[in-house]
Amino acid sequence: MSDHAQTAADDLTLAQPSYLEDGVTLRSWLLSTDHKRIAILYMVSITVFFFLGGAAAALIRYNLIIPQGALASAELYNRLFSMHGVLMVWFFLVPAVPVTIGNFILPLMLGARDLAFPRLNLLSWYLFVAAGIAVVAALFAGGIDTGWTFYEPLSSDYAQGHVVLAVTGVFIAGFSSIATGLNFIVTIHRLRAPGLTWYRLPIFVWSLYSTSVIMVLATPVLAITLVLLAFETIFHVGVFDPRLGGDPLLFQHMFWFYSHPAVYIMILPGLGVVSEIIPVFARKTLFGYKFVAWASVAIAVIGFFVWGHHMFVSGQSAYASVLFSMLSFLVAVPSAIKVFNWLGTLHKGHIRFDAPMLYALGFIGLFTMGGLTGLFLAALAADIQLHDTYFVIAHFHYIMVGGMVSAYFGALHYWWPKISGRMYPEMIARAAALLMFVGFNLTFFPQFLLGYLGMPRRYHSYPPEFQLLNVLSSAGASILAVAYLMPLAYLTWSLLRGSRAPANPWHALGLEWQTPSPPAACNFVVTPVVTGPPYAYPTSEARPFDA
Amino acid sequence: MRFSLPEASANAAQTDWLIGGLTAVSLAVLALVFGLLLFYVVRYRHNSPVVRGDLAEKSFRFEISWTAATLLVFLGLFVWGSVLYVRLYQPPTDALKIYIVAKQWMWKAEYPGGQREINTLHVPVNKPVELVMTSQDVIHDFFVPAFRVKRDVLPGQYETLWFRPDRPGTYHLFCAQFCGTSHAAMVGSVVVMPNAEFQDWLGTNGNDGTLVEEGSRLFIQYGCSGCHRDHGTVRAPSLAGLYGSPVPLSDGSTVTADDRYIRDSILNPGGQVVASYAQVMPSFAGVIGEDDLVKLLAYIESLGAENGG
Repeated sequence: MSDHAQTAADDLTLAQPSYLEDGVTLRSWLLSTDHKRIAILYMVSITVFFFLGGAAAALIRYNLIIPQGALASAELYNRLFSMHGVLMVWFFLVPAVPVTIGNFILPLMLGARDLAFPRLNLLSWYLFVAAGIAVVAALFAGGIDTGWTFYEPLSSDYAQGHVVLAVTGVFIAGFSSIATGLNFIVTIHRLRAPGLTWYRLPIFVWSLYSTSVIMVLATPVLAITLVLLAFETIFHVGVFDPRLGGDPLLFQHMFWFYSHPAVYIMILPGLGVVSEIIPVFARKTLFGYKFVAWASVAIAVIGFFVWGHHMFVSGQSAYASVLFSMLSFLVAVPSAIKVFNWLGTLHKGHIRFDAPMLYALGFIGLFTMGGLTGLFLAALAADIQLHDTYFVIAHFHYIMVGGMVSAYFGALHYWWPKISGRMYPEMIARAAALLMFVGFNLTFFPQFLLGYLGMPRRYHSYPPEFQLLNVLSSAGASILAVAYLMPLAYLTWSLLRGSRAPANPWHALGLEWQTPSPPAACNFVVTPVVTGPPYAYPTSEARPFDA
Repeated sequence: MRFSLPEASANAAQTDWLIGGLTAVSLAVLALVFGLLLFYVVRYRHNSPVVRGDLAEKSFRFEISWTAATLLVFLGLFVWGSVLYVRLYQPPTDALKIYIVAKQWMWKAEYPGGQREINTLHVPVNKPVELVMTSQDVIHDFFVPAFRVKRDVLPGQYETLWFRPDRPGTYHLFCAQFCGTSHAAMVGSVVVMPNAEFQDWLGTNGNDGTLVEEGSRLFIQYGCSGCHRDHGTVRAPSLAGLYGSPVPLSDGSTVTADDRYIRDSILNPGGQVVASYAQVMPSFAGVIGEDDLVKLLAYIESLGAENGG
């Protein structure tokens, strides 16, 4: 495109109202098929679920300050950790990055005007809300006492809570997931701008693609499992309960066949976000682009064959365990490749420390910790000691909270100017990022030790020798709570008082930064043409930040 | 407050070596990652004057080297962990066999001599102990951190676990699989005692008959003896010498008559029919409880021993 044509296109784009100004009624939001508005609807919903789940976590940590349990009853405690798990897994971590950041940014990154199926996108959100209402209703009606894993036969024959209602919610949320996955896959195949070949796609798109494939292939298995569970509970059809002639291990196989790949649904988008942020703030092209891209695909594929590592002490055959152990080590290799490539990207860069970069650097450290402790759990004999203890809790919170939630906040800050049209306050955002890192480590590092020493998970009370480590963990949780409330406050503030964001505050190269902040409803008046790779950053001479 | 866990079984030290090895590898990788991260972040901060030099980096060779190195280290850890794990599936033949029945929210142990106890398990030091475990309701998990052993206890089937305690003392026993309201109260202790003391303990606690004697009585009471004794009225396979021996099945395959097989044959006789016998036995599922099953098993096992198995 010539400069003259570019300027003309810019004028045309600027003449368009931004997507935020394109209708102000409630109806114009609730019935919008604009991917950007739907992303905002999602963002509001998952924020509600995040703080509900977080409140449950706060009460869990409060209970564990004293060995007898500070909360009066074990029953209440059990319901709290079940609520925490269900809300955080299905209503925050699984959707978080794809349906908010992904929904908003993916079409912009591709140079498209919307997702392939805008109405399906809106339907996804309504399904998600319906699912959320079912689950929250179950929780407020008294909750469930099965944990988020719904293990049989505890969940069908022996549970006292509203398991069927909660399971119905998760079942519906699954359809929302499948619809989003399908929408993303078709969009990435069909709506790329001219010249935007697969190897010119930002890594975030590769990771969303891998995530979507897992969503579409794995979620139906969860749906089947939950339907069978409900059938068994209501009609006493024996599938999993041995008293009815069923097999409880079958439930675990089916549950983890979904829920392990689901772990990658949760973390892959985070890996994508970090691969976006690091080149921008290191002013350097991404090291080993093709390896990073294919590592996402490798994780998605191998991730389907490691579910048995949740069952090393469950009574599955020893041979199966050995095989699953080997595959679990294998799936860790592509993750390691990504970490090494991020380090390679930092080498000889011009590194800046804006809040998104602090989150990304924190992510590298915490994700590496989480990954390495995963090796302990993949090594069979070590898993025997550590399985179902606080070591496991610490491990997956390092990946899910240290990794994924950091990536979500990194993404939120990085794209906030584009999404809201406002700048967030930089210094307080950096402080929140640091506080999150400190609070997180203080909360979860002691849990590794607790686990090795043998403290089982899901215990309302515990032997007194575990108290010190539990108190440290709870102290960390209170820091973490403050750190999570800070962005809620200052990002809300910035919506009203933040300075206006320029189109491209980070001087980044992605197509999304060629649109105004916030973008027009149609994204691009003139479809952009892509002529080069995604991360061709200036390295030594051009340093637009210092200009 | 203590930051170390007693190593009270032969297996514990080996597991700790493995965990130590994993920790060493992790620390090395963390040192590398955090070291490089901090070094680059300081050296290549945006306002640092350091000369970046030639930026045309050949990435392929790096990619291959670190992928290969990672794979190699992982392979080693995998083999190490698996060897120890598989060993836990091979109990020695001279192990003291104790039956564990779990239910919401208690552990019940039954000894061959008829001794029974709740939420406590007495075992002799330096002798292998094999636990045959089942649950009456939901899934539980038998976990003794000091021994580094853990195994789910499932309803409707037997799971076995073995260890060789090598340090007298009292250790935590936890239920590690969430099992409902009082999960955290499903705890107990394992008491490891010198052999002489253990024999004394057995002597003062074994008031009822041994499991074999009880099983022998039940064998008649449930009507098993009508067919399975010699000269029974119905043609049924003899149980003498059965335990531990291979059994040819009607579908042409062969199974070993272990606890799990015998249990399944009592509760679900049609599942694995012995070759050349008609399936006429009724199911005893819901008729014989876990406690009685344990006694019958002990009795049938004793029939095997008498005939030299």
